[in-house]
Amino acid sequence: MIRDQEFLKDIASYCIENSKKLGATDVGVKVIHSVSENVSFRNKKLDESNRADSFAVNLTTYIEKKKSSINSSDLSKSNLEKLIERCIDATKITPSDENNSLPDKDLMSKEIRDLNLYDETHYPNDKKIEFLKKVEETASTDEKIVNTEAGFTENKNNFILANSNGFLSGYKTSNFSSSCVAVSRINGAMERDYEFGSTRFLQDMMKPEEIGKIAADKAIKKLGPKKIKSEKIGVIFDKRISKGILSTLASAISASAIARGTSFLKDQINSEVFPNSINIVDDPKIEKGLGSQNFDSEGVETNSLKLVENGILNNYLIDTYYGKKLNLKSNGRSGGTTNLYFENGDLSFKDLLNLEKKFLYITETIGHGGNIITGDYSVGASGYMVEDGELTFPVSEITIAGNFKEMFKNITLANDLEMKYSTNAPTLLINQMTVAGK
Amino acid sequence: MSNFFKDTDIDTSQAEAIVTETLKNCDDGELYLENHKSESIVLDDNKIKSSTYNSDQGYGFRAVTGEVVAYSHSNDISKQSLRKSSENLKDTLKSKKGTYNHEIPKTNSKYYENINPIESKTFDSKIDLLNSVNSYLRSKGSIVNQVTANFLGEHKSIEIIRSDNQVLKDDRPLVRFNVSVVLEKDGKKETGVYGVGGRQSYDDYLKDGSWKDVCDEAFRIANVNLESKPAPAGEMKVVLGPGWPAILIHEAIGHGLEGDFNRKKTSAFHNLMGQQVASEGVTIVDDGTLHQRRGSLTIDDEGTPTENTVLIENGILKNYMQDRLNARLMGTKSTGSGRRESYKHVVLPRMRNTMMLSGKYSQDEMISSVDKGIFAVSFGGGQVDITSGKFVFNCTEAYEINNGKIGSPIKGATLIGDGPSILKEVSLVGNDMKLDPGIGTCGKAGQGVPVGVAQPSILINKMTVGGTKL
Repeated sequence: MIRDQEFLKDIASYCIENSKKLGATDVGVKVIHSVSENVSFRNKKLDESNRADSFAVNLTTYIEKKKSSINSSDLSKSNLEKLIERCIDATKITPSDENNSLPDKDLMSKEIRDLNLYDETHYPNDKKIEFLKKVEETASTDEKIVNTEAGFTENKNNFILANSNGFLSGYKTSNFSSSCVAVSRINGAMERDYEFGSTRFLQDMMKPEEIGKIAADKAIKKLGPKKIKSEKIGVIFDKRISKGILSTLASAISASAIARGTSFLKDQINSEVFPNSINIVDDPKIEKGLGSQNFDSEGVETNSLKLVENGILNNYLIDTYYGKKLNLKSNGRSGGTTNLYFENGDLSFKDLLNLEKKFLYITETIGHGGNIITGDYSVGASGYMVEDGELTFPVSEITIAGNFKEMFKNITLANDLEMKYSTNAPTLLINQMTVAGK
Repeated sequence: MSNFFKDTDIDTSQAEAIVTETLKNCDDGELYLENHKSESIVLDDNKIKSSTYNSDQGYGFRAVTGEVVAYSHSNDISKQSLRKSSENLKDTLKSKKGTYNHEIPKTNSKYYENINPIESKTFDSKIDLLNSVNSYLRSKGSIVNQVTANFLGEHKSIEIIRSDNQVLKDDRPLVRFNVSVVLEKDGKKETGVYGVGGRQSYDDYLKDGSWKDVCDEAFRIANVNLESKPAPAGEMKVVLGPGWPAILIHEAIGHGLEGDFNRKKTSAFHNLMGQQVASEGVTIVDDGTLHQRRGSLTIDDEGTPTENTVLIENGILKNYMQDRLNARLMGTKSTGSGRRESYKHVVLPRMRNTMMLSGKYSQDEMISSVDKGIFAVSFGGGQVDITSGKFVFNCTEAYEINNGKIGSPIKGATLIGDGPSILKEVSLVGNDMKLDPGIGTCGKAGQGVPVGVAQPSILINKMTVGGTKL
């Protein structure tokens, strides 16, 4: 079972008291306990069962403006005592940095709202097995499916975040996730696709039949891909990957990238970065949200932010350290974004596909070809050709390339936003990218 | 004697008894104990940005019967915790019956010393060196916009307790030193990154001012990129330089030859054993026995001594990389490739140091044979789709080739190819095989493990270059 708040608080307080005793002027600590149970199936047979029980302590000590950290998984007081001593010793000889400090007291989170992030339901392994049997049965009905894998993970987590200014707070969260990977084959060539669901509450999980069917249908649809010739063309990003555009934005507007001068969006605050129809929101207080939180990783109060409004960049993502560098107050984004999404566009999915005679529709990208400093982007891709609004044939072994600055300004959104991940986007079109193929 | 049970309520013989009892009806399994110490010291933006020390200890208890793996891990090494894990494993496998394979090869070889790199260099001298890196690079002129440098050091002790009290141990040092520099000229910014490392102490890589070579290389790459123009788009000839570009081999071929994907028949290579999968001059090995290399291991994470496994010999597919589970199910022997990121992770067959061996051609011969193409010298990362065989990697230093001559540098671009066919497109294999500088980490199923790569220069007849210029 997951350990209670009192147990975690006791360790957090022990760390703060001992660090202070040894000379720390400020202390921040996080204590976490998580229990995770996973069952996986392959070709309708049990493949793996995995139980994880993990503790972690992350401690940062300050002596005036000097700072050092330790992490450990061993919560015994004898071990912690040794590590705290080591941490203090390292702090003493680390050069000081005027921006090192705990967050301002008046920015700290004052009250904890119940955001419905914890479902105490335990889904026993034999239930998980029944669920996975259904997933795989549905996934393997078509004879073109030659391999299926499915998994179910249940995760319970409890934490306490504390600092020497008196902050001491935490709460439980839970997560249930299930996935299916299907491999299809025709004429000796194989393709793979998947479906994945993740929820805070067990009752909100997708039906197993749905997970299996989507994975299989997608894998079959990908069979027999062609490589197309190199050209400039409008590229539509499927919802699975369109959220990647928001992750890029998040990296580029993090206070660290801005303060270090290593972002292609440096000096773009209050300027038009997207078309004026576009709004981007980061909302930490969505009930049951996968990215929801009461406060950020420093304990700073976190509220909904309209990062982009009518195409204008309104906010950076600011933590305490880089905020001080930029002369800005933390907006509760230490640790990054929370529930980040594009507000819906005006066009239906179908209308978007019909905007031009021909598009490339991308369902998967591979590689890490985005450069946050220059904005240059080049990744491997696969998907479908769209002709007269219909997906006509699968495409693979191509790349798509452009520059984020240009790509952002050429986005058209559909109105099919779903809140399936912590970062979510509707289907989107980027007009004119370079596709390299034959 | 085991150090893991000191200060606990359980001793070695009690733990051994639990292991033997739990695994009595299983085909395989073990109690894996790990103590991991690591440090990270980062200089960024003229400051020591962070100094972190991590101490992690725990066990992973594994029982395997047939194809089923039951695993339970915890950082609480105690009688109660181990018993709970044992119950959990037995419950998962209650309907199965196996026969334990006691056979495990022994070794007297050692490919690295038992040193703790974190303690073998003082904290002060690490800080001093990071500051020296910063001032050395910034003294190169006002175009230096940002400098980041870091030390990553670790020491991992592992102990594997198998059924009937067989105990295997290993102590593994690992270090990495990285420098990244951002240059700015005429409003254009570019990055250069370089690093070194392996299973020795920091000073083995940094002494006698050799840290300056690391800085110079990062600076050189950034400088080249400042002059870069848009990369071409489309199919063309590609010359790869020696050393680190061998991540092409790692992505295109290596993952597809891991035992699990072939047992499950999800690899594009699963039915190609004994067949011609590469041009005749191509030989590829995966070697865990190179001294002090980043991907080397004395024993793997199941206790099997590592070896030099021939994967492809003169173009013919010879072997897959195997852990014990996949080897047993495929009727062969473990190649000492069973690895895990930590006690929190199950064992998977993984690469160690993957190398294409030298052929007979010079790099000049390759470049002069190309009318239009690119010359790729350094890469960032790569990725592969095991099933379709499609793989990518990103150039971080590349040039165009026109009429047999190296031309302007080009912007970073992704190259994409097809794993099972790419090696048939290798038309010339160079005579200049080089190991990478010791910086690679391979990711699979959410687990990262240190690896190495090596290759000579090679000429590939046809690959798709993902630039923006048509």
